[in-house]
Amino acid sequence: MSSPDTAVVVSAAKAKPLTRKPRKNVDKGGGGRTASIFLIPFFALFILTMIAPVIYSLGLSFFSERSSGLGFGGAETLFVGLENYQHVLGSETFVSGFVRLGLYCLMYIPLMLGGAIFLALLLDSVVARAKKTFQVLLFLPHAVPGAIAALIWTYLYSPGVSPIVSTLANGGITIDFFSAELVLRAMVNIGVWEWTGYNVIILFTALQAVPRDVLEAAVVDGASQLRTAISIKLPLIAPALGVIMLFTTIATLQLFTEPQILTKATPAVTGTFVPNMWAYDAAFNRQDLNLAAAASIIIALLAAVLSFVVTRFSSRSSKG
Amino acid sequence: MSTLTRPPQTSATRKSRPEPERVETTTRQPMGSKVTVNTLLILGSAYMILPITWLLFASTKSVDELYGLNALSFGGALIDNVVAVSTQDNGLFYRWILNSFLYAGVGAVFGGLISVMAGYAFDKFRFRFKNQLFAFVLVGVLIPNTATVLPLYLLASTVNATNTIWAMILPALCNPFSVYLARVFSASYIPDETLEAARVDGAGSIRSFISISLPMIMPGFITIALFQFVNVWNNYMLPLVMLSSQELFPVSLGMATWQGYTTLLPDYVPMVITGSLLSIIPLIAAFIMLQRFWKAGLSAGSIK
Repeated sequence: MSSPDTAVVVSAAKAKPLTRKPRKNVDKGGGGRTASIFLIPFFALFILTMIAPVIYSLGLSFFSERSSGLGFGGAETLFVGLENYQHVLGSETFVSGFVRLGLYCLMYIPLMLGGAIFLALLLDSVVARAKKTFQVLLFLPHAVPGAIAALIWTYLYSPGVSPIVSTLANGGITIDFFSAELVLRAMVNIGVWEWTGYNVIILFTALQAVPRDVLEAAVVDGASQLRTAISIKLPLIAPALGVIMLFTTIATLQLFTEPQILTKATPAVTGTFVPNMWAYDAAFNRQDLNLAAAASIIIALLAAVLSFVVTRFSSRSSKG
Repeated sequence: MSTLTRPPQTSATRKSRPEPERVETTTRQPMGSKVTVNTLLILGSAYMILPITWLLFASTKSVDELYGLNALSFGGALIDNVVAVSTQDNGLFYRWILNSFLYAGVGAVFGGLISVMAGYAFDKFRFRFKNQLFAFVLVGVLIPNTATVLPLYLLASTVNATNTIWAMILPALCNPFSVYLARVFSASYIPDETLEAARVDGAGSIRSFISISLPMIMPGFITIALFQFVNVWNNYMLPLVMLSSQELFPVSLGMATWQGYTTLLPDYVPMVITGSLLSIIPLIAAFIMLQRFWKAGLSAGSIK
């Protein structure tokens, strides 16, 4: 959203083969007019479905309904300035939702990313034939929609149905995945299951592009597999890791589907478990659209700030 | 950066050419570590496929068998379950599947085409504010989807567009990330010289796009369409927020709704399980068949 944000992404984009050579003027005749025929459909939709809603809810977030609270075309719409924002940020449930989301990120990102790096390095070192099979198997969870994945895992966590719970019980361990202490970890597991394989494929593709003479030289110098992986392969795939970090951060902030499905399975997941659910709850249960608008804006702003930080951080680290 | 600037077509178009095998890293490996590596990969894969395997077994079971039988044994209720799923509410399940296909299919084909057109324009045309407009698109990539869903609902409700097919289809047509991918694909699939030649031969911009560029960028288009399809198919929050009549639900929202009934009506449990299995089969089949396209998409995405 912010302009420095854009600048970083654009400068990152410039380093790519998009502008690999001085471009000939491919379309001299029409110029901007012909280009606009190709661009208008996308930009019309872009403005209609992304920009206008954000601007509209930005406007909405400065007002408040003081009458019945049903709908927002009502009689008494007051300009309240930043009051909605104060209300959202002052809400204990909203803030604890963010803390929960932070905890989720702290567990999920290292586990998922670490797992993906580990599996991609393993995949890079096995014989060619097995690679294809493993890639498909690892990627399979990504073909399962988030909501369905959450449903499947809900059963795998439920005592009575779950083979995991019963196996552990046979071993003398009683475990309640739906308890207040464990439910966030149970959710982390669903995220790890859904996204690790996807990122393994990205990292594996990056690893395949590592120049083979570099690896050959390392082998000649007597470097072990592990040493090659850590000192040569990892630094060379740092840009891909940066991209994954960026998209993971954006995706993690959107956490909604899994906790929303789990609310039906356990009272430990409340209707305001994460910020997105808080906003949903404000709109549909508390019927306060202005508050929901303010919450959405806060979430979008936070995502913009975080993706800016991640882009900054990863572009710096990849430069060394 | 330099290691990732390989154009994406290496895995998409040149299918016939085998990937370079790094013999030196595999043959010099001692036997023991080869076993370890494969064992760890098998463990990782097992973690990925066990939940789906469980679903496969569970869908053959009745409610009693679900709670009574061993998880990895077949029950005798598969056909009953499929019939129950199919006949519930006059075949509402298939309506949901069709809705999912409609939303995701339109999003894939038309959304893909719209993105390819825009990406192509960014790659091949010169016009004012090109960089600024492209930056605008990249900002769109960074806006989290769910942060726009509620605002979109708020806006749609002012024009009474909620609970309509359009509330599902219009957002499905617009994906900034696809435009980004399309620009990358256009740069690597369509040589400028070809367009130059077409222009010399007297083809207009639109004519050259339709008869020259579009066929050339086809693998890229399929990749983008596949990504859009999966995105729309997987979207849960948008339908949850937008739709109130069950006839318009996509299948994952339908399954979640049935799941909500299970606490009071245990008969729904086998239906949720069997329905979930039936709903993921088309996507898993598509992924296995279209492997080279999603792999190309993933590697193009990582160039960023």
